[in-house]
Amino acid sequence: MMEKDAWPLWEIFIRSKQGLDHKHVGSLHAADAAMAIENARDAYTRRMEGVSIWVVESKYVHASNPDDSGSFYDPANDKIYRHPTFYDLPDELKHM
Amino acid sequence: MTSAAAERNFQDKVDQDIRIEPKDWMPEAYRKTLVRQMSQHAHSEIVGMLPEANWITRAPSLRRKATLIAKVQDEAGHGLYLYAAAETLGTSRDEMIDQLHSGKAKYSSIFNYPTLTWADMGAIGWLVDGAAIMNQVPLCRASYGPYARAMVRICKEESFHQRQGFEILLVLSRGSAGQRRMCQDAIDRWWWPSVMMFGPNDDASPNTAQSMQWKIKRFTNDELRQRFIDICAEQIKLLGMTLPDDRLVWNEERGHYDFGPIDWEEFRNVLNGHGPCNKERIEARVQAHVEGAWVREAALAHARKNSVLKTEEAA
Amino acid sequence: MPVPVNIEYILHLADNALVLGHRNSEWTGHGPILEQDIALSNIALDLIGQARNLYQHAAALMNAGEVMTERRADGARTEVTEDYLAYLRDGWDFRNCLLVELPNGDWGMTVLRQFFFSTYQYFLYRELRHSQDSELAAIAEKSLKEVTYHLRWSGEWVIRLGDGTDESHSRMEKALGQLWKYTGELFEPSGYEQGLAAEGIAVDLHKIRPLWDQRVEEVLKQAQLTPGSNEWMQTGGKHGKHTEHLGYLLAEMQFLQRAYPGCEW
Repeated sequence: MMEKDAWPLWEIFIRSKQGLDHKHVGSLHAADAAMAIENARDAYTRRMEGVSIWVVESKYVHASNPDDSGSFYDPANDKIYRHPTFYDLPDELKHM
Repeated sequence: MTSAAAERNFQDKVDQDIRIEPKDWMPEAYRKTLVRQMSQHAHSEIVGMLPEANWITRAPSLRRKATLIAKVQDEAGHGLYLYAAAETLGTSRDEMIDQLHSGKAKYSSIFNYPTLTWADMGAIGWLVDGAAIMNQVPLCRASYGPYARAMVRICKEESFHQRQGFEILLVLSRGSAGQRRMCQDAIDRWWWPSVMMFGPNDDASPNTAQSMQWKIKRFTNDELRQRFIDICAEQIKLLGMTLPDDRLVWNEERGHYDFGPIDWEEFRNVLNGHGPCNKERIEARVQAHVEGAWVREAALAHARKNSVLKTEEAA
Repeated sequence: MPVPVNIEYILHLADNALVLGHRNSEWTGHGPILEQDIALSNIALDLIGQARNLYQHAAALMNAGEVMTERRADGARTEVTEDYLAYLRDGWDFRNCLLVELPNGDWGMTVLRQFFFSTYQYFLYRELRHSQDSELAAIAEKSLKEVTYHLRWSGEWVIRLGDGTDESHSRMEKALGQLWKYTGELFEPSGYEQGLAAEGIAVDLHKIRPLWDQRVEEVLKQAQLTPGSNEWMQTGGKHGKHTEHLGYLLAEMQFLQRAYPGCEW
């Protein structure tokens, strides 16, 4: 159940002035894309100039599976965070 | 793969310093311990903003004003990095905030002490940040990838915090009689709580062994505490001040400073909610959260209106 | 403390930045969400940085012109520094607009105030880059980048809250009702501004007023808000006649320097 004030999670990718690629630096909460970019600028680039920032809502990042030999569970999903609490389920649903 | 095999696989990786990432198999206990450790670390950063933010509007020079705001802002950022790292393990920011506000989650008890003078800004930077750095640097090689990466980022930014604190004290120590008194008074109040930041003695820390095997803790409480005391006992000489411990003396045989007994009862009291500012700290955070609800709701409502509009336009 | 008009103008710009930076810094640790705490602190830092540059410029001019006639006990002339100007002037010597010294109110009032002020600062600095005072021009050039971001950030927030929920909308209407009468003073040229504008040192406020009107109207429209009436505007700050709020702000800000005079910090 989505709370009416819970902002979605966004993954942040930054390319520094001297860098060649965008690097994943972490995540943050924002209500919309413009805010996510500004928050990323404020939180992750305070000591840098002239960077490029990409933001993607976490739920839209799709990931490959880790090596089967290393994994115990066969992931039922291809999301970046494997744990089931990332599903939006109603509070009333117990034992899950 | 059997559970025992998966567990061996996991421990092998840890032993070889191969990072564990969010999608990797991990023992449930490891995941739980990490979530607790990272979220409590995050809470500490956020609550830790309050005692220092208390002096922003009274900072005695423009340079001090600016650097204090920057420091407190850094702490907000560190909280952000750590919440982000904890969220990779299946907990949400809101869940963690709820636990902090309800008292279920702990944060570093040092922040339950009041900041009574400007010199406290110096003492916190020198001693509290100093102790934190001592804990944090080893965690840059923690076994869990997102945690280690967050710690690297944090350690890079910490470098100016401790120097700033010491410099504040240094200037006071060379100032007027009132300033020198302020300096010593702050040290007297912040020393023992800082020493307690390293947690209970090793023989009273049952979780240490497991945490060290999992490499989410790299040195024991007593090891870090001794290192901290040894360093501070030397640094304070530059201030011409004293540490409030009349049993503090260099032990040539051990190659370390001997120090006086820690008041563990005070530590336990403060940890259990009976410190000078526990209530005020949580109330401040709860108030900010509650008063900010309408803002968060509005931003979300606006975003949804816009995305609906965009969908309609595209259709 | 009487000062030449060009210095008075610089102090006006500096006091605006310092007082608003100070007010914004009060939010540190109390923002509605962590990410915004960081954002507003950034803005506070930028403003304090601008204030420092401006105070340092004023101090240099005052020292060069031997403006300070007071002598110390040892007979030496008091040297003016950024801290002297920030911490040792009383309210009647401050030249900030009233808008920036008002208490923060809720988040809505804070972002709306920021929006009004940043829009003004944006067009002001854009013009000030051409000032005959080359130091002022340089400060304006540097500050413009920061203010461009402040304007964007605050404008977006005004829209989000004005066009958010019923509650946020009504809070924004209330904030607008409280703040609008302080916006006129931003464009009322004081005596020292008029002469200096003619000399090309200060910005001609009449020039930038329509730009401010236009930008504010655009954003308020998107925020579902209506600009107030321009019938009557609060004024006085630019001449040192402030609201009751400034006294308390300065008492807090200046306490240590007043309680422990003549000390290094």
